[in-house]
Amino acid sequence: MDHLFEFLSHQMFLQTVYVVVLMVFLGIEVISHVPSILHTPLMSGANAIHGVIVIGAIIVLGKVDISNIPAILIGFTAVLLGTLNVVGGFVVTDRMLEMFKKKK
Amino acid sequence: MNLILSDILGIAYLVASVTFILGLKMLSKPDTARRGNLIAAVGMAIAIFATIFLTVDENGAGLQNKILIFIALGVGTLIGTRAARTVQMTQMPQMVSLFNGMGGACAALIGIIEIYHTQPDEKGKLLAICAGLIIGTISFSGSMIAWGKLTGKFGDKVFPLQQFLNIGLMTIILVLAGVIIFSTTISPVLLYMELLLCVGYGILFVLPIGGADMPVVISLLNSFTGVAAACAGFLYNNKAMLTGGILVGSAGTILTILMCKAMNRSLTNVLIGAFSANKTKQVESEHGDVREVSLADAAVMMSYAKRVMIVPGYGLAVAQAQHSCHELEKALEEKGVEVNYAIHPVAGRMPGHMNVLLAEADVAYGKLLEMDEANTQFANTDVVMVLGANDVVNPAAKNDKQSPIYGMPILDVENARSVIVNKRSMNAGYAGITNDLFYQPKTSMLFGDAKTVLQQLVSEIKAN
Repeated sequence: MDHLFEFLSHQMFLQTVYVVVLMVFLGIEVISHVPSILHTPLMSGANAIHGVIVIGAIIVLGKVDISNIPAILIGFTAVLLGTLNVVGGFVVTDRMLEMFKKKK
Repeated sequence: MNLILSDILGIAYLVASVTFILGLKMLSKPDTARRGNLIAAVGMAIAIFATIFLTVDENGAGLQNKILIFIALGVGTLIGTRAARTVQMTQMPQMVSLFNGMGGACAALIGIIEIYHTQPDEKGKLLAICAGLIIGTISFSGSMIAWGKLTGKFGDKVFPLQQFLNIGLMTIILVLAGVIIFSTTISPVLLYMELLLCVGYGILFVLPIGGADMPVVISLLNSFTGVAAACAGFLYNNKAMLTGGILVGSAGTILTILMCKAMNRSLTNVLIGAFSANKTKQVESEHGDVREVSLADAAVMMSYAKRVMIVPGYGLAVAQAQHSCHELEKALEEKGVEVNYAIHPVAGRMPGHMNVLLAEADVAYGKLLEMDEANTQFANTDVVMVLGANDVVNPAAKNDKQSPIYGMPILDVENARSVIVNKRSMNAGYAGITNDLFYQPKTSMLFGDAKTVLQQLVSEIKAN
């Protein structure tokens, strides 16, 4: 049983590494032909995407016992900050790009 | 039942990952950029709601505290939207930095809670938690300093042995992380010491870097936060966080390198802060006098020119003069003058910053020439109007091997027949070096705030 468990967790680890390596190449490939005028919106858009960390914060807050006040406070703050990152990031990017569109 | 729920969750995360990739891809083309951003946002919303409603633990129980989660989401959405909607376009870089810091702080807070829910023998988990905690905290404090610098709250601080201090601090942080991971009980004292050290490292890391290099730093910290998100993804075996985080981590790193390339500098050079180190040395060198030009003369010069090229810089952004700049363009075009804009890749405070600002003022896309194209045009340009730009038109980048900006590609405005430079004063630019261009016979200076000067120029031109 122990062996099986170890094997599984090992497989899972390999799978994760696999995803990580592919994503690194994908990230490089996706970005490398961007014209410099789009650097700012792109940075801002990427900034919004890493706000996906809010999912982790939601899971944390969702698993904390309500009687554990410090943990609830920290979890609540984490979700709040993560949401700021996501929503603010996407809205700011949209505002920048809206301006690009108008002039056509 | 549970299996089905988690399967749907998995599919939702897959959809989210695909939208992140598509979104980034579309963001790198002008025509599709806005839709790309929207698609990524939709994917994010799917991932968030799927997490809230579909997450189940081994016992089949869903998430608790849903009301609190929704309150936090609601308040965050309200504040975030408001801040993003009301921020001035010129303050965009610091806004991005601020949002990035929020993400970093979020990653750090997750680590603080999760470390107490982890058994001391789950070394892999502890490693992911510590990595997320360290990277998230550094990203947070670094972003806050970058934000402070861009809003002018504090300047560059260089002190001796900075690099050694940073390396030493990083070593202590890593050793302490090792102790936390391999100890049999989690000690809160060690944890908070680690947090404090990371905050300190973030501050010391960004503080000495020159204000003009902040975009590069923000882009780098952006990819840091991406990696922190990926650590959390590893911790929860959550593919949306893993893919999204790594994607931003690698794309952000490439973007950082592209930005450095645009300035013809290496990342190390930016981080060690060559600009600030050479600062005061060259400012007071021997030079002739500058020639001032009156508003009326400048107006006449431009009205009777065939081709005028406007070179916008950060001075234009600070003065909020992009609309007045468009006014000038329209006034000149009514006189039959051909007006174009030469955009240096690092003009302003972020690559593409000028394009955003001028687009806000309705300047036509086709009028914005990128550096290489603009450089072929200067020879048959009658008047170049430099608006608050300095280092990007400094010939020292080509002629003076001693200059800290030597090798940076510049706009060759000196090839034009005449050059008018608008600046607030004779102060040096961000690189802190004098500009020979200002002392050349074909150059004349028009001192004053860009917006006021442009407005007066427009009325002079219209009166002509």
